[in-house]
Amino acid sequence: MSTVVLLVITGLGLGALYFLIASGLSLIFGLMDVLNFAHGAFLAIGAYGTWWAADHLPGAGPAGFGFLVAVLFGVAAGTLAATLVELCIIRPLYGRHREQILATVGLSLAVPALIQAIWGADPLTFPKPELVRGAVGVLGVNIPKDRFLLILAAVAVFVALWLFNSRTRYGLIVRAGVQDRAMVTALGIDVRKSFTLVFAIGGAAAALAGALGGLYFGVVTPTQGLSLLIFAFIVVVIGGTTSLTGCAIASITVGLIQQFANYYTVAGLGDIAVVIVLALVLLTRQGGLTAKKSAERVA
Amino acid sequence: MSAAEPLLEAADLHVWIEGSHILQGVSFSMPDRGVTALMGRNGVGKTTTVKALLGLVPRTGRVVFDGVDITTHPTYTIVSRGIGYVPEERGIFAALTVAENLRLAERHPKPRYELVHELFPELAARASQPAGTLSGGQQQMLAIGRSLLNDNKLLIVDEPTKGLAPRIVREVADAVARAAEQVPVLLVEQNLSLVRRVAGQAVVLDAGRVIHTGSALELLDDADRVRELLGVSRTVTDSSGTTAGAEGRRTA
Repeated sequence: MSTVVLLVITGLGLGALYFLIASGLSLIFGLMDVLNFAHGAFLAIGAYGTWWAADHLPGAGPAGFGFLVAVLFGVAAGTLAATLVELCIIRPLYGRHREQILATVGLSLAVPALIQAIWGADPLTFPKPELVRGAVGVLGVNIPKDRFLLILAAVAVFVALWLFNSRTRYGLIVRAGVQDRAMVTALGIDVRKSFTLVFAIGGAAAALAGALGGLYFGVVTPTQGLSLLIFAFIVVVIGGTTSLTGCAIASITVGLIQQFANYYTVAGLGDIAVVIVLALVLLTRQGGLTAKKSAERVA
Repeated sequence: MSAAEPLLEAADLHVWIEGSHILQGVSFSMPDRGVTALMGRNGVGKTTTVKALLGLVPRTGRVVFDGVDITTHPTYTIVSRGIGYVPEERGIFAALTVAENLRLAERHPKPRYELVHELFPELAARASQPAGTLSGGQQQMLAIGRSLLNDNKLLIVDEPTKGLAPRIVREVADAVARAAEQVPVLLVEQNLSLVRRVAGQAVVLDAGRVIHTGSALELLDDADRVRELLGVSRTVTDSSGTTAGAEGRRTA
């Protein structure tokens, strides 16, 4: 029983990390039809920004709420990078999918290379804030505190994105734009502003994933974003490319499957199990788990 | 803009789509009052002309609206200058509710919900219903209602009665007529009874070119010209006021 509790909570923590990455990816693809391979770069920028701020920014150390300042710095860096990428690189390439893929793949390789040139290729120890050091006892099992932080952050991002989509005018434009972008424009709405905002929000979620991913793994590496991006793409495909709810369900599913498969079989089989689930979804429900729930599509 | 100047002027519009030369130099102007009907057989470029005016398809030529050259403006800027657009396929956002569809179209601080709900009471009653679950007629009412929400200088309405049941055609026709009392309308329409009822001027297209401009009534009263320009050899008026031509086309 205690093993199951441990696997469930750590699986939910991993799923929360996947959701933070995949939600932005899904949001960007759903509205903008942009397959953003540079998403992992925003994650890396968030991770290194947080790591750098924790060491250099006054008041942003691991003591007290200082780590929150470091995370805010990392998220701001990732958001700024995403905004600049949208304005300078993606905007001229709307509707040109081949060029978009080339540009974002190029970025996904260039940013880690740049980070490596500055801080080296070796893993850097990520600062552990006092607030999440140690473990909490749940039904007799000690669970690392940072897993709960990840789950809380994912829930907060889910609620924030849900409120954005359902309660704001920009959210309304996003939901309409998913269905018919040209018609949104024909109503006199500059949909490009929404695109920039959505890209920035996606970048912010990825950067937050980078910052909290550093806690999860204990280190940051230049290629961390690339390896996590693979699972984020799997989550988006399983959950359906335009559904926030589907994204959340798929994130939890992938996180739990990985944890259970790795524990009860052999280490590493969890990744293969996830790929098998992906194949099953593609064979049986090509639009993802939420393909038929079009009315719930929000991003 | 002086009274003599046209509200909308298109000059030498050309549109190519996937290698086909769809519009081949469309030029016409419409006055700042009344309804101008854009007519022609199926596939002659009526909808493409409307899309070209709004910048929804790449085009060459010149478009002047309300005294301003809008040729190079993006669609959202063109529409924001005071154009309400009801596309042929209605452009309803199926997953959004009726209220959300209307809210999305709000451009002015005081949207005219009273007018919209007076014309189409069903839209108020069905405010929380997903637009995708509305009937075709209700969706058309929503599309027209959305265009009336703002205080526009021009409405562009593309085939509003297409595919609707006769009873709904009357309601939609009434709404178009009511709208035309308040704002100039560019009406793409093959339903000649509606054109006869509301239109002052007619512009007829054929093969991507304007082949006739003039009074709508004079054109419709001339059976030979109607046959020549619109391909209608005889007309029969049914109980709904819509009509069927000899070739099965909805005509006069």
